[in-house]
Amino acid sequence: MSHQDVDWQPSATLDALKQRAALMSRLRCFFAEKDVLEVETPLLSTAGTTDPQIHSFETRYAGPGAAQGRPLYLATSPEFAMKRLLAAGSGPIYQICKAFRQGEAGRLHNPEFTLLEWYRPGFDHFQLMDEVEALVAELADGWLPDVSAKRMTYAELFQQHLGLDPHTASAETLAQCAAGFPGLAGISGLDRDGWLDLLMSHVIQPRLGLGGLTFVYHYPASQAALARISQSTPDVPAIAERFELFYQGVELANGFHELTDAREQRARFEQDLAQRRAQDLPPIPIDERLLTALDEGMPPCAGVALGLDRLLLVFNGLTRLSDVISFPFARV
Amino acid sequence: MANYSTNEFRSGLKVMIDNDPCAMIECEFVKPGKGQAFARVKLRNLLTGRTVERTYKSGESLPGADVMDTDLQYLYNDGEFWYFMHPETFEQVAADASAVGDNGKWLKEQDSCVVTLWNDRPIDVVPPNFVELRIVETDPGVRGDTASGGGKPATLETGAVVRVPLFVENDEVIKVDTRSGEYVGRVKG
Repeated sequence: MSHQDVDWQPSATLDALKQRAALMSRLRCFFAEKDVLEVETPLLSTAGTTDPQIHSFETRYAGPGAAQGRPLYLATSPEFAMKRLLAAGSGPIYQICKAFRQGEAGRLHNPEFTLLEWYRPGFDHFQLMDEVEALVAELADGWLPDVSAKRMTYAELFQQHLGLDPHTASAETLAQCAAGFPGLAGISGLDRDGWLDLLMSHVIQPRLGLGGLTFVYHYPASQAALARISQSTPDVPAIAERFELFYQGVELANGFHELTDAREQRARFEQDLAQRRAQDLPPIPIDERLLTALDEGMPPCAGVALGLDRLLLVFNGLTRLSDVISFPFARV
Repeated sequence: MANYSTNEFRSGLKVMIDNDPCAMIECEFVKPGKGQAFARVKLRNLLTGRTVERTYKSGESLPGADVMDTDLQYLYNDGEFWYFMHPETFEQVAADASAVGDNGKWLKEQDSCVVTLWNDRPIDVVPPNFVELRIVETDPGVRGDTASGGGKPATLETGAVVRVPLFVENDEVIKVDTRSGEYVGRVKG
């Protein structure tokens, strides 16, 4: 095989790699000035995420301490370990790390990617959106002309783009709505949240954050993940205190006003596992250390994860993640 | 034919959509950070040439289309069908006008063409990139004009009409690029 046939070279330009390094040092400055502590947590974990839509890499350790071998998961996010630090009294913390997702590869996905994740005790999701906006504005200084942020609720978005209420519309109504879009006709077998995801990711999202940041907040309670759910009132349905950030149609960040109730957290894990069983997905051990930490008391807080590869991508006006990653999945 | 799951989707894959064979042109993985994963694909219908877009839930699968590109030799046209022959097995296939389409005008006996077969039935015929054809009708040549500016129409032995330089004469053989339909040069006989 000649050298020309081997794709040993990086797919990102050296300039893009220098920009990445500059971005890292600027965001470390941002958090240092605010007295947010940088932490590191393990990428290997005994427990994994139970989320039926997120798949973990499994691996195995054998050696001193585990003669028979011990199954481990690569972290899909540092969330559980960081919450244990919060419960142990760390105060505000941030981390820059790799996260691993099985089965996710494409133009905007790489099975391993770089996350910035941070937690703010005492903040709610609105205060954290303010801080995300401030951070992105600071990092974008000199890159993007305008990063002023718009905020819309999930319900406002669906009302504006599709004329329907995502909190009350039935799966049939959502399916009918999707059938009206070329390219979406013919898809079937989705549940209510699946239809919402389809409409959000294919119809609405490409039009979000064009020319400026857009925060979308207050997701359906069924999509709360690890966010608090506000109780419904006769006029207002229950919503998840969750937000996402979009720029140029690309999803950049996901944040929660964090669930701190250990019992409720256990119930959601169990619910995830029931869904996994129904979909013939492998069971995942529940993180008992996290649940014990929550039981001991995690301070009320908000937390967010921001994809740094995607941030670099949109700052540069590029379209493929491989343009900003030294060696993407295809070249590892 | 095998089924292909979304994880096997890639450009070039031939699959059945609404009972028609289609070729994937583009395939994109779409997934919200927390939520359902999808495969969004763009395909070309191999019978109509039209482009269609489809979206599938990750993990779904599509039946493969038994579509094969084969190098066959063009034999003749009987007014209704164009006949091709496999150079080794001498097996013959007949392609109709919908398969041959506009490319009929470039088909010359003995030339090797790429014939796309679906369940052994020809659905597309691609002539060689360059063909050499005799001019059967064009205005008289203009002596001394060697520049290609201007030009004039010339009808070729297969019925195709191409623009040729003014100096090119009746009965000459010329080389044509079938992808653009443009004159490339004269072929010395």
